[in-house]
Amino acid sequence: MLKIRNLHVAVDGKEILRGITLDVNAGEVHAIMGPNGSGKSTLAYLLAGREGYAATEGEILYDGRDLLALEPEERAREGVFLGFQYPVEIPGVGSMNFLKSAVNAVRKHRGQPELDAMDFLKLARQTMKLLEIDEALLSRPLNVGFSGGEKKRNEVFQMAMLEPRLAILDETDSGLDVDALKVVAKGINALRGETRAIVLITHYQRLLNYVVPDQVHVLADGRFVKSGGKELALEIEDQGYAALGLRDNSAAA
Amino acid sequence: MAAKTDTSEAYVHRFAEAKATLAGHGLPWLAGLRERAIERFAALGFPTRRIEEWKFTDLRALTRTTFSPAPRLANGVTGDAVGRFLPADLPSHLLVFVNGHHRADLSDVGELPAGVRLCGLAEALAEAPELLEEQLCRDGALDGHAPLALNTAFMTDGAVLMLARGVALERPVHLLFLATGDEAPAVAHPRNIIVAEAASRATVIETYAAPAAGAYWTNAVTDIVMEADASVRHVKVQAESHDAFHLAVTRVRLAKGSAYNSFVASVGGRLARNEITAVLGEGVECRLGGVYLARGRQHLDTTTLIDHARPASFSNEHYRGVLDDSAHGVFQGKIIIRPDAQKTDAHQLNKNLLLSRTAHVDTKPELEIHADDVKCSHGAATGALDAEALFYLRSRGLDTDLAQRLLIEAFVGEIIDEVETTALRAHLRRVAAAWLTQVNK
Ligand SMILES: Nc1ncnc2c1ncn2[C@@H]1O[C@H](COP(=O)(O)OP(=O)(O)OP(=O)(O)O)[C@@H](O)[C@H]1O
Ligand SMILES: [Mg+2]
Repeated sequence: MLKIRNLHVAVDGKEILRGITLDVNAGEVHAIMGPNGSGKSTLAYLLAGREGYAATEGEILYDGRDLLALEPEERAREGVFLGFQYPVEIPGVGSMNFLKSAVNAVRKHRGQPELDAMDFLKLARQTMKLLEIDEALLSRPLNVGFSGGEKKRNEVFQMAMLEPRLAILDETDSGLDVDALKVVAKGINALRGETRAIVLITHYQRLLNYVVPDQVHVLADGRFVKSGGKELALEIEDQGYAALGLRDNSAAA
Repeated sequence: MAAKTDTSEAYVHRFAEAKATLAGHGLPWLAGLRERAIERFAALGFPTRRIEEWKFTDLRALTRTTFSPAPRLANGVTGDAVGRFLPADLPSHLLVFVNGHHRADLSDVGELPAGVRLCGLAEALAEAPELLEEQLCRDGALDGHAPLALNTAFMTDGAVLMLARGVALERPVHLLFLATGDEAPAVAHPRNIIVAEAASRATVIETYAAPAAGAYWTNAVTDIVMEADASVRHVKVQAESHDAFHLAVTRVRLAKGSAYNSFVASVGGRLARNEITAVLGEGVECRLGGVYLARGRQHLDTTTLIDHARPASFSNEHYRGVLDDSAHGVFQGKIIIRPDAQKTDAHQLNKNLLLSRTAHVDTKPELEIHADDVKCSHGAATGALDAEALFYLRSRGLDTDLAQRLLIEAFVGEIIDEVETTALRAHLRRVAAAWLTQVNK
């Protein structure tokens, strides 16, 4: 589904990713771990199409197509979803109103009929129930004044509503209490399936107890330095990156 | 006097020809007022950018042309055309003007409670001129710039609203000015007079619009006198034709304990200036808000003066602009706090959203503080759409146009939400949405 080949990425003229190769197949869950500043979010942003993130070398194929040639909204409609590490607060834009436009933009692209207000609300309510989200939260402007945990839960809610084929979740587990973590894991697992793939960017083993990954990759200083099965995450949790012969980027700076 | 390069002399000549036929021409006090006004106009000439208050607004496109008096039409505008400009779900006492002339056939004043007078200015001058003399001839009535003087010289019609002591008008009064913009460029000089006696209350909607495209000039003056504890809400929608000029001055005098609340949505006109001057008595509340939305080569100017003349008053100003293409926005906000105005609480905020590299805005706060025990704040911010927010919305599948529209609507909606009445908020949101969805390319 996703093929990344020798990807180099520069931000503001500074090379952040320095030759990344990764294959993610339909049905798989991959975890990407790595020290602060190693380039995990940079990779996520590049996949979603954020302005200012340019690939200087290499390629990304999504279902065999050049992903980098697509606009962010085209990627979303083709089934790419990024759960933001820092979801953006947007005053004045109603959460539900926005999500209805998004869901319908995606449905339209897939040749599905657009949902009217009633059907949308029904679907949203079911999903809110699954994710134990208070309806009052979504009557507010998008992410405005949401707590850290509420923002992350809202990302998972949006993901569930949009039913992406490739979900990249950037530290969606950070800042969640134990119960919220379980709910978020439930949301992610509900999405899992033969035709979908999930990339979890995380610092902690916790989430991986609930969403068991097929592969774990360690990103350091813009390169994957180690890949393995789910045990690799446990090893890191136990011994830290130092045991892998790596130093924390920020500590080294 | 130096030779004029503008058309002001043509108006002076025209006045000499027309004065015998202007509304209320038999009234000596009015004839005298008009004479003084045209003299003042002749002495001032049209303002140029050399005058501080007009530094950012160039009237040459207006002053190159001589506009003839807008014709009185017996028909040509239908009730359907009127309906388009009314807020939904908000019945009002409606006065309709076409080319500045009151049209009783299109109006719908309805039942008025006792103590309320609502009629056209020409009608009032014919039937009860004594009520208007005091209002039109009060001290300082001619202070101000040339277009204001020109309005006084030529005013033919407009609305007169008088609220007796203690009267509360439940439904809003809607003054709808429609222009037909015929072949020859024409000017209307609407003059509105609103007097709210002690403890009376009313909401006034003022709409300027054109059912069809056309080049014309609206030169409006609205005088509002508020006696003690009176309360007036004022909503104005400036949606003139895109070839039109719109100059408007609203002058408000607030007596002790009164409250004035204004919101102006300015979306039309090739060049429009909304000027508000408020003189505040003791313990009053004055809130001015509004949005100006411009694209193409539109020029929209908001100029306000809040004069805290007496102690313990509160004023708040908040205007937001959205400027696209090569549009030009102007915000000038002057606040004077006089020596006597201790315990004044005055705030001003202007925010602008620039949607293109060639759009620009001039924003000029001006504070003149002569008292020491006051609270006064002002702020201005101008920027582009938030790139992060735009990316977030697009990453969920919204195309750039829709994402931008949501963000602009949010920017504008936040301040429209400060308007109290639900139906008026909805109306203003529709005005903004109509601007947003307009295709102009
Ligand atoms: N606009 C920019 N200009 C310069 N450097 C940048 C810019 N954006 C990001 N970087 C740098 O790129 C590096 C990678 O950042 P990135 O956000 O991808 O790290 P991360 O692995 O997600 O870290 P964390 O675990 O803290 O979220 C960091 O050193 C960061 O400072
Ligand atoms: Mg990160």
